[in-house]
Amino acid sequence: METFIIISLVKAGLVAFVLLTLAAYLVWIERKVLAHIQLRVGPYRVGPHGLLQPLSDLIKLVTKEGVIPANVNTFFYLLAPFIAVALSLISISVVPFGTQIDVLGVKTYMQLTDVNVGVLVILAISAVSVYAVALGGWASNNKYALLGGLRSSAQMISYELPMSLAIASPLLMANTLSLREIAESQAGFYFGFIPKWYIFQGPMPQMIAFLIFLIAAFAETNRVPFDLPEAENELVAGFHTEYSSTCFAAFFTAEYVNMVTISALGTHLFLGGWNPVFPEPIASFVPVLVHAGAGLILLYHGTQTVSTRTWDRYTFPLFGLVALGVAGVFSLPLLPVPEPLLSIGKALHPIFWFGAKVGSILFLFIWIRGTLPRFRFDQLMRFAWLFLFPLSVLHLLVTGLLVALN
Amino acid sequence: MDAFLFFLFAAIAVACGINLVLQTHPISSALSLIGVMGSLAVLYLLLGAEFMAAAQLIVYAGAIMVLFIFVIMLLNAGAERSKSTSLLAKALGIPALLAFLGVIGFLIQALLPNTELVKFGAFTGGTAQAIGRKLFTEYLLPFEVTSVLILIAILGAVVLARKEI
Amino acid sequence: MPAAVPVSYYLILSAILFGLGVAGFLFRRNIITVFMSIELMLNAVNLSFIAFSYQLRQVDGHIFAFFVMVVAAAEAAVGLAIILTVFKNRSTLAIDDVSSLNN
Repeated sequence: METFIIISLVKAGLVAFVLLTLAAYLVWIERKVLAHIQLRVGPYRVGPHGLLQPLSDLIKLVTKEGVIPANVNTFFYLLAPFIAVALSLISISVVPFGTQIDVLGVKTYMQLTDVNVGVLVILAISAVSVYAVALGGWASNNKYALLGGLRSSAQMISYELPMSLAIASPLLMANTLSLREIAESQAGFYFGFIPKWYIFQGPMPQMIAFLIFLIAAFAETNRVPFDLPEAENELVAGFHTEYSSTCFAAFFTAEYVNMVTISALGTHLFLGGWNPVFPEPIASFVPVLVHAGAGLILLYHGTQTVSTRTWDRYTFPLFGLVALGVAGVFSLPLLPVPEPLLSIGKALHPIFWFGAKVGSILFLFIWIRGTLPRFRFDQLMRFAWLFLFPLSVLHLLVTGLLVALN
Repeated sequence: MDAFLFFLFAAIAVACGINLVLQTHPISSALSLIGVMGSLAVLYLLLGAEFMAAAQLIVYAGAIMVLFIFVIMLLNAGAERSKSTSLLAKALGIPALLAFLGVIGFLIQALLPNTELVKFGAFTGGTAQAIGRKLFTEYLLPFEVTSVLILIAILGAVVLARKEI
Repeated sequence: MPAAVPVSYYLILSAILFGLGVAGFLFRRNIITVFMSIELMLNAVNLSFIAFSYQLRQVDGHIFAFFVMVVAAAEAAVGLAIILTVFKNRSTLAIDDVSSLNN
């Protein structure tokens, strides 16, 4: 019992730290990627390549004065960002990151808790998190904020339906609601090279469901092209118009943590969780090769710097060495090393594949933000109810029929 | 641990329930009701009803109450005007409620003296599989009837929202 | 404090919540709050269904609670549509002002 509590506390602390850091750096990555899409360089001043920008943003947001507007309901006004950030951190607790690890006799799953109804828990938390936005918009006592809150609650209710139905079809094939078992059921390959993920697995490849899920995920996390609750050229900043300082930071963090959670959910349900893309002998070399290649490229560029970017002479080789070190860690299972190192190295490979898939979906989020314009609100609702919803019902029916016939 | 969790969430549920009755602003009442629903979901988990706990959050807290909050915000409903309720109701209401609860509590304790102790994990029949199996075999007809009910409700809501009555 | 509580405590909690729902239904004058009190009563009943299900070690109580939930969803959809219509026609939410059938 005591070891269980200690392990759980350590895991919870680790997950919260990694998740919040990831959310902060996701903002940096988003600004960089958007900048490069628009042929700019993005944040560059704070630290090498702007790497310390999230830290300086955090300091700026925390040290700012938190303004509470006149005539607002203070309790609800302060409750809304709290709900947002608390709920976004809860739902990650049922998401597994890798297989069971066995380090120095301690066996534990890389997951905070394995719930029988893991998928439903994530759906429930995401359903409840509407309140943060709706309440924040209402409590601000501001027309634009209220409109943003109304839009967001309508939008999130509408898109929850196609999302739940899209999630239901891989669940029909998996026969379980626990995310770990779902990921485990997608191991293996067809003909030795097509992975048995649910987007490829028979009897009904779930590609359409994955597309529906992605579209609904964009709407659920209020991202472009469905970011109508905070459409800046219509509603100033939507539901968080009146928020400043730490409260604004809470909403901001919650949005990015939700993005990470929903990408992780999509990865587990459709993209095979931590199962590698390639069959086994190749799969163990891929993380090593990727990191070693990145490290070598960075080292090469460190010697080729332009005179205007003198920093790169020191930062590029440094990052290159870090990448080579990571490659070394990933090569541990391939080398004859003693026991704790071997199992650590083995445990890291699933995390690499999981992280790579989640990262790809997150990159898609950012890419689409840099590419597509925003929908109009009536188009958004019509799209959800007249196209996405019937399509997902139809898809669920076909999947159910094929699973039953199988 | 089980008793502590029960008393904690029962206290939250009762406090939120009292708040629902006492608050004059509909939004405060709605949020109290969400508090009741959340703590009931935890109690369902303690009783081994994991599927129902998730359904409680998804259906009640996530869909029905969002609809309520949406309507309250849409109508911009303000705080309730205090109407003069009859003196009799004021004087008798709370004692009557307490007496009613006392009688019910006494009856429950008297008629069901040795009910089982609630231990988390003692009853594991509330999984999604078990509920699904029952729902689609033994309770198939009621299930289909509720689907018709939902359809009628949708039609009713659409008609009410569209037509000028 | 005991290590575990008997099922009857859950039933008493359910009774308390039901009583609070009745009180809200009778005392409040806002249609939406009255409606929410009904939802509170339904929730209290659900709790006792699930408590009985635990006592009898049967899943049937869960199914009944599930049906209650579905009915509550249908009721909320129609009820809120009615409230919207009432507000459109009379621009009031006070339950005492909607009494034209009373004369």
